[in-house]
Amino acid sequence: MSFTTSTIAADDAAVVFDGVSKRFAASGKSAAFTALDNVSLTVARGSITGIIGRSGAGKSTLIRLVNGLEKPTSGKVFVDGVDVGVLDEGGLRDLRRSVGMIFQHFNLLSSRTVFGNVALPLEISGMDRRAIDERVRPLLDLVGLADKHGRYPSELSGGQKQRIGIARALATEPKLLLSDEATSALDPETTQSILQLLKRINAELGLTVLLITHEMEVVKAVTSDVAVIDKGEIVERGQTFDVFTHPKHATTRALLSGLPGSKLPEAIARGLKTAAAEGDRVVVRLTFFGAAAERPLISRLIQSIGAEVNIIAGTIDEIGGKPYGSLVVAYGADPETAARADRFFAENGLVTEVLGYVA
Amino acid sequence: MSPDLLMLIGKATLDTLRMVAIAGFIGALIGLPIGIFLATSGRGELFPAPNVNRAVGLIVNATRSTPFIILVVAIIPFTRLVTGTSIGTKAAIVPLTIATIPFFARLVEAAIRDVDKGLIEAARAMGATPMQIVFKVLLAEARPALTLALTMTIVSLIGYSAMVGAVGGGGLGDLGIRYGYQRFMPDVMLIVVIVLIVLVQLVQSAGDRLARRFDKRSRKT
Repeated sequence: MSFTTSTIAADDAAVVFDGVSKRFAASGKSAAFTALDNVSLTVARGSITGIIGRSGAGKSTLIRLVNGLEKPTSGKVFVDGVDVGVLDEGGLRDLRRSVGMIFQHFNLLSSRTVFGNVALPLEISGMDRRAIDERVRPLLDLVGLADKHGRYPSELSGGQKQRIGIARALATEPKLLLSDEATSALDPETTQSILQLLKRINAELGLTVLLITHEMEVVKAVTSDVAVIDKGEIVERGQTFDVFTHPKHATTRALLSGLPGSKLPEAIARGLKTAAAEGDRVVVRLTFFGAAAERPLISRLIQSIGAEVNIIAGTIDEIGGKPYGSLVVAYGADPETAARADRFFAENGLVTEVLGYVA
Repeated sequence: MSPDLLMLIGKATLDTLRMVAIAGFIGALIGLPIGIFLATSGRGELFPAPNVNRAVGLIVNATRSTPFIILVVAIIPFTRLVTGTSIGTKAAIVPLTIATIPFFARLVEAAIRDVDKGLIEAARAMGATPMQIVFKVLLAEARPALTLALTMTIVSLIGYSAMVGAVGGGGLGDLGIRYGYQRFMPDVMLIVVIVLIVLVQLVQSAGDRLARRFDKRSRKT
């Protein structure tokens, strides 16, 4: 990517990574390694963009380039059109005050109360006591912890700590929020509530959110755009819905296979045969999007093929705000039934995949 | 026991307290920034100056490995320069202070290094200057550990202050040696030891209580 294209892209982008590489030199026992290899990526303003990858894929390094906690070996990073690489220490501090960040382990000061923690970035930016007070209280309301303002972090649950982390990150009224595995230390239920909070903040404050995670659940729940990173390279990216419904790269598929509903029950998977014998049933995965996900497909399928249909696994869900369903069903493998089923699938615009046959 | 002897013990106790208080105060005042520097000046840290860090570390180690009684004698010229004398309580304060600085500095270094690195990163991400990180994050978070470090330093100082008695430094140690040992008055020796034990006990429990009050990490609701 040339300089001109990236400055054009920077106009409607909150963050632009332009051919960024990061190599760590060998030191002590650790060998030199490349954390990021020629990464180019644009984070649209106002979006919730997810970067997903396994641990060690380079996502932590990538997010730290945005606020200059790490410096790229080569390539450029633009935040709101500003080249992070040319900023001096003072410029970097100003940038950091306009970019909020939340962390996996919350990183709250144990010696400060909830109020004191949220006030910290404001004290750092030199705001006076009264103004701080006026700013912090509505933030505690926003994250639903106004009643805890005099408590210490050790008295709070993990989810509450992350809410404080979010309030603290929002204190300086940033345009961009970086989330570094913010829900990885939380249980699934708390994770969902934190994600909903991020979604609300994104919608209400028009804040761009860039989050990194190793959990597809997180990407699915809140992001509009996603990039998959593997061994320091972006291997796939696009709108979350497209990436989820048509994954191209093996890493993406592997990450997706962890989602509930995408896996066959162990007993069925073991009994799956590649060819049909007399009286067997065929196992088919149906994927349906948009309006199709809201129609009573199964009852119609049964009516139109005139045979029994077993539901083996399935999930109906929302990805990037669009309804999406995945069903694994089994029905008679005889040619007549199969032909009727195929006609039904074609008429209803369903994507099908034959997984195998069972007795 | 004669009232004179009680007077002597009372005065010796006050001398000890004075030496410990002054040496502790000045030593901690100088030791604190040195400790902070040691903890934050390594490669890639807040104030990277690895060479200076190594040099300061070397001086600290050299001072700490010199036996206190030798340190007292070795710096007599310096002591005389500062206080005009090399004997008495006033003179004893100088070596006591010199010994306190590296001792406290190492404890401060350990306390600061113990602060979660994630907090430093969070503060950097907020746009904090290195100085703000020291004052708003490191010192605030290390306060319980620093309190215990100061307690330990004062307890050691009480022990050291008894040693300067051997070179005419005054205080309880001096009393113990001149009356208890040289004049063979075991009752004086016993009282000196008891007073020292009580002093140490008081300092330690006060320090523990203060550290607990500062520590918000595992407060129960």
